[in-house]
Amino acid sequence: MTHASPITEAQSVVAACRADFPALDQDVSGHRLVYLDSAASAQQPSVVIDAIAYYERHDHANVHRGVHTLSHRATDAYEGARETLRAFINAASTSEVVFTSGTTESINLVAQSFCRPKLGPGDKILITHLEHHANIVPWQLVCEQTGAELLVAPINDRGEVELEALYALMDETVRLLAIAHVSNALGTIIPIKEITAEAHAREIPVLVDGAQGVPHMPVDVQDLDCDFYAFSGHKMFGPTGTGVLYGKEALLEAMPPYKGGGDMILEVSFSGTTFNELPYKFEAGTPNISGVVGFGAAAKYLEDLGMHNVEAWEHELSQYMTAQLSAVEGIRLIGTAAHKAGVQSFLLGDIHPHDLGTILDHQGVAIRTGHHCAMPVMEFFGVPGTARASLALYNNFDDIDRLVAALGKAREIFA
Amino acid sequence: MMAGSIQTDDVRELYRDLILDHARHPRHFGKLGHVTHTAEGINPLCGDKLRLYLDVDANETITDAAFEGSGCAISVASASLLTDSVIGLRASEAMTFFDAVTAQLAGSDSLEGGEVELGKLRALAGVRDFPTRVKCATLAWHALKSALRLDKAPASTE
Repeated sequence: MTHASPITEAQSVVAACRADFPALDQDVSGHRLVYLDSAASAQQPSVVIDAIAYYERHDHANVHRGVHTLSHRATDAYEGARETLRAFINAASTSEVVFTSGTTESINLVAQSFCRPKLGPGDKILITHLEHHANIVPWQLVCEQTGAELLVAPINDRGEVELEALYALMDETVRLLAIAHVSNALGTIIPIKEITAEAHAREIPVLVDGAQGVPHMPVDVQDLDCDFYAFSGHKMFGPTGTGVLYGKEALLEAMPPYKGGGDMILEVSFSGTTFNELPYKFEAGTPNISGVVGFGAAAKYLEDLGMHNVEAWEHELSQYMTAQLSAVEGIRLIGTAAHKAGVQSFLLGDIHPHDLGTILDHQGVAIRTGHHCAMPVMEFFGVPGTARASLALYNNFDDIDRLVAALGKAREIFA
Repeated sequence: MMAGSIQTDDVRELYRDLILDHARHPRHFGKLGHVTHTAEGINPLCGDKLRLYLDVDANETITDAAFEGSGCAISVASASLLTDSVIGLRASEAMTFFDAVTAQLAGSDSLEGGEVELGKLRALAGVRDFPTRVKCATLAWHALKSALRLDKAPASTE
């Protein structure tokens, strides 16, 4: 089994980065680890791990508070990461980059602060059938709280959003479209720029769940023209417990605070409180400073590699994975969109995904099994769950060969 | 490519022939005509879901048992073995089986030569070396316990 296309120099730069990830350098069940679960959580390069450790050893203090040296250093490190992430997604200003605990909190912030005050009976929130639970449940909650209605745009049997049907649902009662950039269960890449233009033509703001977008392709929020873009640190090689909500400044400015506490205020008295400026208005309490430092280091690492290179390399890998998996006897691929990221859900014969996961694990191959926090997607395809292999920049062709070989063993056991 | 297949034997310890046979051809699969006790078992981790039906007579003897639902090979085989094993037992005896099986899966050896004759249920012993799969094997047993206690809420592995 060999891959077909020649590797460009740019791609080989990315391919060489595997050694930057210490967790990949280990054996599992007596085999070299093949990590194909990056869509659940990606591994961290040494530069991220070291940045966090350095911060904790030398610079830690609270941010935005003290006049002493360490507080100043901590603030610089924290705000430096904000600037790195601003550049990473090409936001116009750091005022538009709000740190959160992850994509889930970013989406909940928009649901509660942007949507809730303006929603009532007769209003609608529009999502699609392929969303992750984190882009479904916050909208269900705000609809329950306000009497608004949740609309769901359909997908087709390749796992693509039906664009015409989506546009047909965009009427004057829709207050927000919330949509994934890349489906975590199916790998579908959604044409966000085109959809945003259609939504804006109908004066509908757009939130993009970018958790699976930022690790795999260049993201330019100004080019996409989305109103909000939510993503997590740990899907893009940073630590867990970190995330960003990007929002257009005028929208964030008009939104009330989401949580109350320290750091989000200018002045507090018992007769009232003056809220801090953006983005601090949304960052109540002492933030996850060391996590954000690591998050910034991860974005810097990706910038240095070049997201165009990452995208090109993963495209090669993804094409190869699809071709190799398609050739496995008895396999059913779920998610076969024309434009796909390196995520492939599948079923093998009548083997339950959970059993497949165990058999693969015992050959050192880590995949995700289950409903992938996208139960409506599983229901659409009539399956209780799937096995899912997901790629990241540190994977290679050999990983995919190992996956295919491990599936062969599973077929043997369940023969 | 492959670094050998030394671990495959370990996986075969989990997927013993008896387990695979019961997973593929589950015994007592379906509903019962007469049901006195029933409970649902749900494993929120993987979505496995099954319902256990029991027919218990006035002497507290389980005269019939069946289950339906969907799940992985381990949970289906375990449910199949359970129904095979508890028919003809008194409810209190079935509960000692619950204790024995869950102890076995928790890694306790007390059952191997203990008071309860596990018989083919010993085939589940391979699961204890796979901590992430123990809940699959205990799902039906938690449903049994729940059914015999007449619990209203579904049994959960969590």
